[in-house]
Amino acid sequence: MSPALNLGTKPLGWPQSYGEEAAPRMGFFTDTSICIGCKACEIACKEWNEVPEDNLVFSGQSFDNTGALSANSWRHVAFIEQNVPAATPTAEAELPEELRWLMSSDVCKHCTHAACLDVCPTGAIFRTEFGTVVIQDDVCNGCGYCIPACPFGVISRRERDQLPAAAGAEVAGLGTTHKCTLCYDRLKDGMEPACAKACPTNSIQFGELDELRERAGQRVQELQLQGAGEARLYGEDPHDGVGGLGAFFLLLDDPEVYGLPPDPVVPTRHLPEIWGAAVLAGAALAGAVVAAVAGGRK
Amino acid sequence: MFGQLRDDPLGLARSARSRRSETLRPRTDRAERVVKSVCPFCAVGCGQLVYVQDGEVSQIEGDPDSPISRGRLCPKGAGTRHFVTSPLREYRVKYRRPHGSEWEQLSLDQAMDMIADRVIKSRRETWQEQDEQGRRLNRTLGIASLGGATLDNEENYLMKKFFTAMGAVSIENQARI
Amino acid sequence: MGSNMAECHPVGFQWVMEAKLRGAQLIHVDPRFTRTSAMATRYVPIRAGSDIAFLGGIVNYILEHGREFREYVVNYTNAPVIVDEGFKDTEDLDGLFSGFDEETGRYDNSTWQYAGMEVRGAVQSDETALSGHQVGYGGAAAHMRRGEPPEEDPTLEHPRCVFQILKRHFSRYTPELVEEVCGCSREQLVAVAEALCDNSGRERTSAFCYAVGWTQHTIGVQIIRTAAIIQLLLGNMGRTGGGIMALRGHTSIQGSTDIPTLFDILPGYIPMPHAHEQQTLAEFVQQNASTTGWWGRLDAYMVSLLKAYFGDRATAENDFCFDHLPRISGDHSTYQAALDMLEHKVKGFFLWGENPAVGSANSRLHRIALANLEWLVVRDLVEIESASFWHDAPELETGELKTEDIATEVFLLPAAAHTEKNGSFTNTQRLLQWHFKALEPPGDCRSDLWFMYHLGRRIREKLAGSDDPRDRPILDLEWDYPTEGEQEDPRAEAVLREISGWDTEGRAVSGFGDLKADGSTACGCWIYSGCYAGEENLPARKRPGQEQNWVAAEWGWAWPLNRRILYNRASADPDGKPWSERKKYVWWDETQGRWTGYDVPDFGADKRPDYVPPDGALAEKAIAGRHPFIMQADGRGWLFVPSGLQDGPLPTHFEPQESPFRNPLYGQQSNPARKQRRHRLSPFNPTAGHKGGDAYPYVLTTFRLTEHHTAGGMTRTVPYLAEVQPEMFCEVSPALAAERGLENGGWATIITSRTAIEARVLVTDRLRPLQVQGSELHQVAVPWHWGSRGLVTGESANDLFGLALDPNVLIQEVRGATCDIRPGRRPRGPALRELVESYPHARQERHR
Repeated sequence: MSPALNLGTKPLGWPQSYGEEAAPRMGFFTDTSICIGCKACEIACKEWNEVPEDNLVFSGQSFDNTGALSANSWRHVAFIEQNVPAATPTAEAELPEELRWLMSSDVCKHCTHAACLDVCPTGAIFRTEFGTVVIQDDVCNGCGYCIPACPFGVISRRERDQLPAAAGAEVAGLGTTHKCTLCYDRLKDGMEPACAKACPTNSIQFGELDELRERAGQRVQELQLQGAGEARLYGEDPHDGVGGLGAFFLLLDDPEVYGLPPDPVVPTRHLPEIWGAAVLAGAALAGAVVAAVAGGRK
Repeated sequence: MFGQLRDDPLGLARSARSRRSETLRPRTDRAERVVKSVCPFCAVGCGQLVYVQDGEVSQIEGDPDSPISRGRLCPKGAGTRHFVTSPLREYRVKYRRPHGSEWEQLSLDQAMDMIADRVIKSRRETWQEQDEQGRRLNRTLGIASLGGATLDNEENYLMKKFFTAMGAVSIENQARI
Repeated sequence: MGSNMAECHPVGFQWVMEAKLRGAQLIHVDPRFTRTSAMATRYVPIRAGSDIAFLGGIVNYILEHGREFREYVVNYTNAPVIVDEGFKDTEDLDGLFSGFDEETGRYDNSTWQYAGMEVRGAVQSDETALSGHQVGYGGAAAHMRRGEPPEEDPTLEHPRCVFQILKRHFSRYTPELVEEVCGCSREQLVAVAEALCDNSGRERTSAFCYAVGWTQHTIGVQIIRTAAIIQLLLGNMGRTGGGIMALRGHTSIQGSTDIPTLFDILPGYIPMPHAHEQQTLAEFVQQNASTTGWWGRLDAYMVSLLKAYFGDRATAENDFCFDHLPRISGDHSTYQAALDMLEHKVKGFFLWGENPAVGSANSRLHRIALANLEWLVVRDLVEIESASFWHDAPELETGELKTEDIATEVFLLPAAAHTEKNGSFTNTQRLLQWHFKALEPPGDCRSDLWFMYHLGRRIREKLAGSDDPRDRPILDLEWDYPTEGEQEDPRAEAVLREISGWDTEGRAVSGFGDLKADGSTACGCWIYSGCYAGEENLPARKRPGQEQNWVAAEWGWAWPLNRRILYNRASADPDGKPWSERKKYVWWDETQGRWTGYDVPDFGADKRPDYVPPDGALAEKAIAGRHPFIMQADGRGWLFVPSGLQDGPLPTHFEPQESPFRNPLYGQQSNPARKQRRHRLSPFNPTAGHKGGDAYPYVLTTFRLTEHHTAGGMTRTVPYLAEVQPEMFCEVSPALAAERGLENGGWATIITSRTAIEARVLVTDRLRPLQVQGSELHQVAVPWHWGSRGLVTGESANDLFGLALDPNVLIQEVRGATCDIRPGRRPRGPALRELVESYPHARQERHR
């Protein structure tokens, strides 16, 4: 990473802009080694967030009929069937390989340096007091800049024609973009996100990011000691191309196998220029904004 | 404002937060009651919390107090709200007359009365006092019943009690299947 | 084995994952590599239906290598007991035990008895012959003098002792044979057996989990029996971390068996009375109960039940209204009822949250059966296929049914959801948990409690004043339940209290020990007795788990007597000391003079471990202090079962009704006592070695997905569940796909002699060809969640199966039949039947 882009290990504007309201940075640690692929996370998410169903077609891709993260799927469980060398050498000479079925629940990464947030021209996407990244449906105008900006392909626009006819006319949030909010509303009440709460095996763990990183480090060591040399963490490193992920993973194979980019970089490469422009613009506008705010609070 | 310039110069954090986001609260906050229940799917028996708001179920999620499930649920359990509020749920009695090609409406009271009449009639017609060897049977095989295993114990109890007194013996359950 | 726990019981599976994180080994033996296999330390594929061979291989391994837990086996099982001289094993008779009657297809079990025991009386044999059911449990009619078998050899050397019989019986179940029958490797079998042995004994325990992958066979009960033998030999019963867990599929399926809606039992597993010219209550009790063990109090349980049913009308003078009970005389199970509907013998049918048009084996036959009823009442949340068959059954398309010809009058009554009623469910660990009503049922929706109570009330009103003696039982019924609310819902607590029982003063009893045979107590289900002790709804207790120890005794209430592990006396050695400190659970405290520990002790708490029953002792007092299995007449775990089973005292490998292979062990191909329900609509595929057998070269098995529930009526209706598994599919291996030209994501047609259905194809390495008897076997696996209605629809797997039943419990074999498979969709209209008719049917004679 270029030194010019040293953005630090904390999200911009967080926590300092929240003052006393600021909370510890919250996130997910998804330990895919204990994921049983039940999809409770997908359903619990949809139930809580009232995300519409969008697909009633058999995919033929193992047990994955969700396909990818989108405006209508904020959690997505990937299923990867692979033949790998037998873990425990036995006399089963005719079976040198054994089947491995990887499952992993994917979600918005709540990046430390979130390109979606950087490019959003309307201020619809913001960094919350929990350090998470949320799209505000009451602000979003559906321009879709955030969609290509995301290095993980998490975001899309909710369109009527993606939804089954039976979904009814009054689907919320049509024409705007959507993704995981890390259950922003629940967090405000001290509740854990719906997916993490439901997860039967605790594969999805929710908590303070610092604590999760520590726990994840121990877990990966433990697995490696047990002989799972392929166990690794993904997105836990605050010095990577996105400043570390607010939702990171323990994987048992290369990220590409799970459909994750091996070395994600925040694509807002022109951030320094944006920064400069913003400071100028901010200075120019400051007076007017102060006046407006002051007027509004009379 | 100058605080914002210093702390959130690009307007990415607090200054971008809308009024709605600021005041957002989980909908469970508005529940008028939270009722302890048990998941109706498999036999693990996970604890559920049923949130009721404006006379409707607004959320169902795991009960952390349950020593069985510790607040967790599988996809079916997590989807329970839409099981009880399914768009396909029936709320009125439907009646199909013999050889009919359409459903018809019927009041619950009338349906109950008609069913009671049919039970009495079929029971009379198919009553077996004894078999051909003179052994006491005291029963009817003309009325059968098959229950699912989401029946409460109390429901099964009343069913077995009444049907047995009625002499109906082919009273069965998913437990056989 | 026989369970896909991660998929079917995911939240229960958290405890398995937690054990695994603490170092436990998880072994999964299954025809399919499932989400459970993916989590396992070791996965072993086997051919569907070959479980007894695999488990028998483990039994043989234990016995060959002396790995049994000797002290446990000698003291706690019937291993030392000498068996009758006349007993002949399947090893002696080429797959039959002594006592088989070729004519009736039934066993007479008199030679299976303990040596020196009185042979069953004539009345008893009569009972058996009539129903095809041996009555009673726990050694019914085994009348022992003070709970001890007449002849025993504690050295286990006597050639006729159970231990030696067991050894001979399983001696041919070698790793090589297991490989030949099951299709796994011999090394895999040995590795599993070693892991089990290494993790059993004083310091360690192992558990088996099973589900309908074991029960849905013509040998289902005997598969479970084989696991019981292993667990008794290894000392894993009655101990923490041990046992055999029946992972039951539905929220209260355990409750539906305990308080049965089943034709052959009354509440608490009391047998339904059989047809007799004359039978008194005393005779019924004498014929169905042993005198020793807890079944020795059957008189008290039965009289208390009759008092709960008929109240003050039940008196000693009228034999407590025993004659009010109807009599059974054969198979009145749901499959027989469906066949009787086709003959117009059944006029009316009630369905309560059950959907045979999708969920019962040969669902096509059930749909046609429904079309032959006079009236049908369906109680459900949605219009299920069993309510809609008259306007959308697939048989309308083939021309077999016509709407205007169907005379069935259908009442669809919307039911209340669990959130709309109070009541208790009994979960898979026998735990009763109360669910509270959150809101009133909307519209015409009502609970089944409401429906049954008010239907009963109306019928009683219409019959009031009748002097017809047949109406007497209805009018004599105790049927006054308090109601509440605008809808007049009966109070569920009042029903639960009746189930638990009360005495003459109307006080709630504390447990079944309080029940009397003199009519002074009433109790609706003796094993649930005490669930309302102290006038408290104990199933409604919700003391948070985090405030209790790991047994969590104050969350709900487990039958019997809130005991969480059955036969827990076995967690201690014969002297009453824990086998190990790590595994201690219930033990004898000499200073207090009582059993103590974490759970409610199995025994009377003050029965000393060295207690020896006096001559003539009855019921539980006849069980010695060192015998943990208190429901059995001799207090021991039964390796060998002298009575209570229809198909033999020991498990034996038999091929499924339909199999591409001959049985390599015996001339007897399949379970000789299995029940075959043949019908024009329900033929069988010819089996291996018979003409046409090769037309169905593949093994067919059903399975369930996490994302759906059973016949789908509760999940195809839920948008979020519908989308995650939207279509009916079949799983095949890449090799079979290549052999038959099946394409992933394309269509296949699966054919049996019953019908053909279509499904999308999922080609997966998770299904692998097996080497069985020297040839390559392919298996086809189908989920059974789909039907013609719902947000997502598909064809029903159950259409494919015939009616071959386990003789003990009359459960259908859907986990191992045969089929053919072809690429593409099935023919439409009458051409469907033409395709099916082009395949061979088994000839009518009974084939062994």
